[in-house]
Amino acid sequence: MSRKLEFIVITIILIFAAQFFYTSSTTHADYSGADDKPAGVIDQITGGAYKPIAEPIWKPPSDEIESLFFGLQAATGAIIIGYFLGYYRAKNRFENDFDIQRDKKLQRDEKIQT
Amino acid sequence: MHIMEGFLPVFWCLVWFAASIPVIAFGAYKLNKLVKEKREILPVLAVTGAFIFVLSSLKMPSVTGSCSHPTGTGVGAIIFGPAITAVMGTIVLIFQALFLAHGGLTTLGANVFSMGIVGPMVSYLIYKAGMKAKINFYFIVFLAAAFGDWATYITTSTELALAFPAGGLLTYTSFFSSFSKFLAIFAITQIPLAVVEGAVSALLFKYVIEVKSDILVEMKVLNESLVRKLRGLSS
Repeated sequence: MSRKLEFIVITIILIFAAQFFYTSSTTHADYSGADDKPAGVIDQITGGAYKPIAEPIWKPPSDEIESLFFGLQAATGAIIIGYFLGYYRAKNRFENDFDIQRDKKLQRDEKIQT
Repeated sequence: MHIMEGFLPVFWCLVWFAASIPVIAFGAYKLNKLVKEKREILPVLAVTGAFIFVLSSLKMPSVTGSCSHPTGTGVGAIIFGPAITAVMGTIVLIFQALFLAHGGLTTLGANVFSMGIVGPMVSYLIYKAGMKAKINFYFIVFLAAAFGDWATYITTSTELALAFPAGGLLTYTSFFSSFSKFLAIFAITQIPLAVVEGAVSALLFKYVIEVKSDILVEMKVLNESLVRKLRGLSS
């Protein structure tokens, strides 16, 4: 089985990781979320005049709780992907084995008859 | 790419809801019809939806020293088209708005428009163009997912710049002044993430082809001969 694509993907991920270790060790980046940054820019553009029209209904009480929910989200998705890919992989293999055994049996039966 | 709760004026909230709702309605209709006619697609639908769940939850550190996340919508867009992917994206965005205070209900329309509609649309168009140009299929998936991701963040910057043009009055120059400021937050940050997203999407596609290629043929994503060629190369 060719593993060329896996090799390329792992290389890309390693380069990504190297980028992170390099940037984090050479700068004092705070690695805050890009999604939170527009608030500052909006303040700057409007001179602080803009007030958000709504507040989140519920906020995770702490960063730990927030990461819990993000972890749950990722885990739920990963279980579903792993379950179905694994299910069909095993199913295909089982069906292949079953076909091979049936063919062998048929050949044996034919030999006995002749 | 999630615009935070309350960070769009009422007018723009309504504009993006108005733009998104018809697409979601059409997507829900298509999804319903598809599931009724072909129940066998459900596992693949679940996998593409789950992929959006996983990727959009991963906040990854980028070269700019800030964190952002991929969208994961490329695979769904290629297999099921942008409208159905928009429905799946909306589910993820509602989850994040309710439980993570990430994005929001007032900005849901805008966030659905960027992550659920424009991103998948760009992915889908690149996939179509790539198939016509007959380039390597996994490379097409890579390009479709990566540019879909990037397009999502450009759309977010556009939405914010339209709502907050420099000086308050929306003109061509004031729009671009704000647009470049918002783009500065997202564009570079997103490039490495888009590359990773493209690569991982191509890998997921490889596994779907390995285990369930009949669905891809049925959905007319690939034809028989290309599936044989791809499986021959990868088996």
